[in-house]
Order: sequence, then structure tokens, then C-alpha cells
Amino acid sequence: MSVDVAAIRAQFPIFAAQDRPFHYLDNAATGQICAAAADALLRYETTARANVKRGVYRLADAATTAFAEARAAIAAYLGAAAPDEVLLGCGATFALNLIAHALAPRLAPGDAILVSELEHHSNIVPWQMVAAARGAVVRAIPVTEEGRLDLDRLDEVLGARTRIVAVTHASNVTGAVTDVARLRAAADTVGALLVLDGAQRAPHGPVDVRALGCDAYACSAHKMFGATGAGALWVRGDLLADLPPFLGGGEMIRRVTIERTSYAPPPHRFEAGTPPIGAVLAMGAAARWLAAQDWTALAGHELRLTERLLSGLAREPRVRVIGPTGLQGRLGVVAFAVAGVHAHDVCQMLDDFGVALRGGHHCAQPLMDRFDVAATARASFAPYNDTADVDALLDGLAQTIRKLA
Amino acid sequence: MSAAMYNEAIVTAARDGRHARRLPAPDRTVTCDNPLCGDRVTLDLTLADGRIAEVGHKVRGCLLTEAAAAALAARIGGTAAAEAATLLSQLRRYLAGDGPPPWPELAMFEPVRAVRSRHECVLLPFEALAEAARLPADGETA
Repeated sequence: MSVDVAAIRAQFPIFAAQDRPFHYLDNAATGQICAAAADALLRYETTARANVKRGVYRLADAATTAFAEARAAIAAYLGAAAPDEVLLGCGATFALNLIAHALAPRLAPGDAILVSELEHHSNIVPWQMVAAARGAVVRAIPVTEEGRLDLDRLDEVLGARTRIVAVTHASNVTGAVTDVARLRAAADTVGALLVLDGAQRAPHGPVDVRALGCDAYACSAHKMFGATGAGALWVRGDLLADLPPFLGGGEMIRRVTIERTSYAPPPHRFEAGTPPIGAVLAMGAAARWLAAQDWTALAGHELRLTERLLSGLAREPRVRVIGPTGLQGRLGVVAFAVAGVHAHDVCQMLDDFGVALRGGHHCAQPLMDRFDVAATARASFAPYNDTADVDALLDGLAQTIRKLA
Repeated sequence: MSAAMYNEAIVTAARDGRHARRLPAPDRTVTCDNPLCGDRVTLDLTLADGRIAEVGHKVRGCLLTEAAAAALAARIGGTAAAEAATLLSQLRRYLAGDGPPPWPELAMFEPVRAVRSRHECVLLPFEALAEAARLPADGETA
């Protein structure tokens, strides 16, 4: 099924603002903002700006209503049972810190938290912090040569003391999509909670958190074609009701005295202070935009671009792909190393061709260690990419290798 | 919008002081705060055979909360305590635009449906009631 890329690009203001070749392939780091989200952000900040959850005047009530509607749109996109299961904050990193710290009191000395070698640092460091505070340990699911979670070796790391399994829904380096059903079944054998980092997966079509069977799910607005500075954490309703707050402050209380404080019910208990209102409204608009797309067509489109890139990279003997070389169970995120050329030099050279690539460890140093590389270059696709983007990358890469290798 | 919200029915209800008093020997007492504005409702109940017998309230709140507390107190006598949660959820749905109010007289809050930031003002006494219903006998929260 073909995709009208020009029609999609027309909905992303960045493309009309370019006066030189522009092949944006850093979507795993940040997606471009769609017009609907940009409009929501600008409209709020310039014509509808007031604080939420407080004022009773018309402008404030409209802001409160818009905020609630954004929460509902995000909840619907994630497949939540109710909008109030979705907590809104400043990003996926915040969301993962929130759930880690809210679950911390459930950990006893000797308990284990299971992450993986595939994780973004945002899904490792918060767990290390709460493990240190509670006397718990952090273990990691190993990764296969293909850059996938090695679930055949789960028995080596999952034990009776495992209380939390926290892994990515899709890797920000290898693009591998996690077999959540298998992981859920394994977690159930020891009664562990399952937390998913959905930052990479959420921009690629609607999520169904209930079908996934996870207990919490984090995602990031700026990767979902919204603005920077917002993110969401979905938590299963009955679990959420029992969790203590993460941050204290205004908006999250029921009553405060000098001696003690009682807390508001979810979601407000977890939303201390003024939230990133404009960014949340933009995230709501982005969620509506995402939900309105034909993801059968777009997923096929992104995978065709991935196939074209993988085929091209396979023709370069100096290139080693870090991740699956096939198309099954993966997203359009492709990391690669070039023998004799550092990833930053690859990316710098490719910038001359108008190709925007990310080079570095991608906040996944344990994975870099696993594959014994210091850094990789990474291309990542979005619906607005096309074959010209892939070809520009491959052409620029060939010239870079000839010049630097 | 504001004029409609402060309609005669609401103003009259808010001035209904019949139950605006603490009970001398309540079976259950709950104090519930609106986290957004600090309004506070204290509800005293006596129970007989699982049904609400007497009710008294003390409201430190806005006109809407006073009216909702008075409306609750005027009608709640004889209701099974177990119905409190249903009452709250139906009122919440009504304010959100979904379905009728649990009692006809609560339709006076019709103008509040369009003003989300004031929904909690109406709900607060009913939240206190629902919390009281969940308490064990002789329970009290502060």
C-alpha cells in the first residue's frame, strides 16, 4: 500500500521551512511536531493561557477542560480503561522515575528489579536509585546477537525475589520490539509487576496497554510528533490507587497542615505543581493525529524504508548493523557502526548531504558494551520519510567511507 | 454563565440550614477537602439497620458546596449507606454530561455541567458521604 508522503509532510511545518536538502532521520531522538500539535501549543500560549485545576474564570475553566480532553485523547491512544489512569508530566524519563519511586516502598532488601541490556538509561538509572535506597538488586535480561531480549535465558535472571520487570517496548538502538506476552507470562510466575518503556514504540501506531498486559507504560510527547516537555505514564487503575506520590507540592494534596498532609486521588496525586500545560495540549493533539492515521499503511511504509536501508548497508563491507537484519518484530530504527570511522564523523559528514542522523551511545551504554562498540550511527524513520531520505543516507555514507575509512 | 450558576434553586438550597449542624453522637464522621480550593465538608451520620437515619454537616465552602450539602442532607435520610458510592458516581457522570442526576432536585446544578472547574464543588459532600459509607462503624476521619 503506497503512502502519500507529500500529503503527510504538508502536515509538518518543519518541511516548508527548509531551504536546503533535508533528510530527517533522527526520529528516535525527537520526531518533528505536526501542525495540529503546534497549533494547539501556540493557541494555548497566545490566546488561551491560564493555569489549570484552579481558576473558575472562563479562561481558566477552558484551560482545565482542554487539559482534561488532552488526557482523554492520550488515554484513548494508549488503550487505557479510563483517562484518570494516565498521569501527565514532563516526559518519559520523568514517567519512569515516577513509577520507580512510587514502587520503591514495595521493595525489601534482597528483592530484585529486572531490566535489560537493551534499555535506555532512563529505564536503568531510576531503578538503580531505588534499588540502592531499598537494598534491592538490579539484574538485566541479556541481549541476543540480533539485538533482541534473549528471553530464552530469562530463567538465569528472573527469580522468586523479582518484584519488578522494567523493559523497553521497542529498542531505541536496535529497533527490536519486545515479546511482551512472553515476558508477562514469565513475570506472572513470580508475581512481578511489568513496566514498559514505550518511548520508541508509541510514535508508531496506537498502543493497547490492556492487551499488552503490562502494569505501567511510559511515553514521550516529542517523539510522538508533539512538543518537547511533556510525557505520559499509564498505570493500571487498581495499582495506581495504591501508589504513594512521587513529588510533593501544590495540586496533589487534599489537605495540608504543618503536621501532615493527605493526598488527592489519582491522577492529581502524581501531578504536583503546574503541569506543562501547553505541551500537554500539544500531546493531546498529536495523539489525535496519530490515532487518525492508517497504521497498516504507515507501518508497511516504514518497514519498506527499513528494508531499503538494511539492503544498502549490507552492500557496504565496513558497515556492521547493531540489531535485527530482518524485518520481523522490529521498528524502523537502524543503528550501525562503520569500521575505521567514528559514528560522530559519519554523522558530521552526512550533515553535508542534508542527512540528520544521530551518532553516539544513544543513552544505552550497556548495549554498546554488549556489542563492544563505543558508539553507533542511527537512522530512524517516521511516516514523513521516503526513499530519497534513505538514498541520500546511503550515498553520503558511501562517500564518507571513501573519504575517511 | 455565572448568573445561571447562581440560580434561585441553588441559592435557596445553600441557605437551607436545617441540617447545617454537627450531630451530638454520630455513628460516622468524615471530613473531606476539595484539594483544588481547600473547601471542606464535615459530615456526621447516624445509622439504623444499614440505613442513614440522621445527618448533619458543617461546610466551609462555596455556595455550590453549601447547596450540594444541603440537598444531600435533605434527601439522604432512609437511604441505604451502601448506595452512597452509586450516588456519587451517578452525580459525577451527570456533571460530565452523561445521564440524569441521581435525584431530580440536583438538576439545579445543570449550569455547572459546562464549568469543569466547579464540578468538584458539587461533588464534595457526596464524596464525604461515600467515604463515610466505607468506614467501619464508629469510624472517623479527619
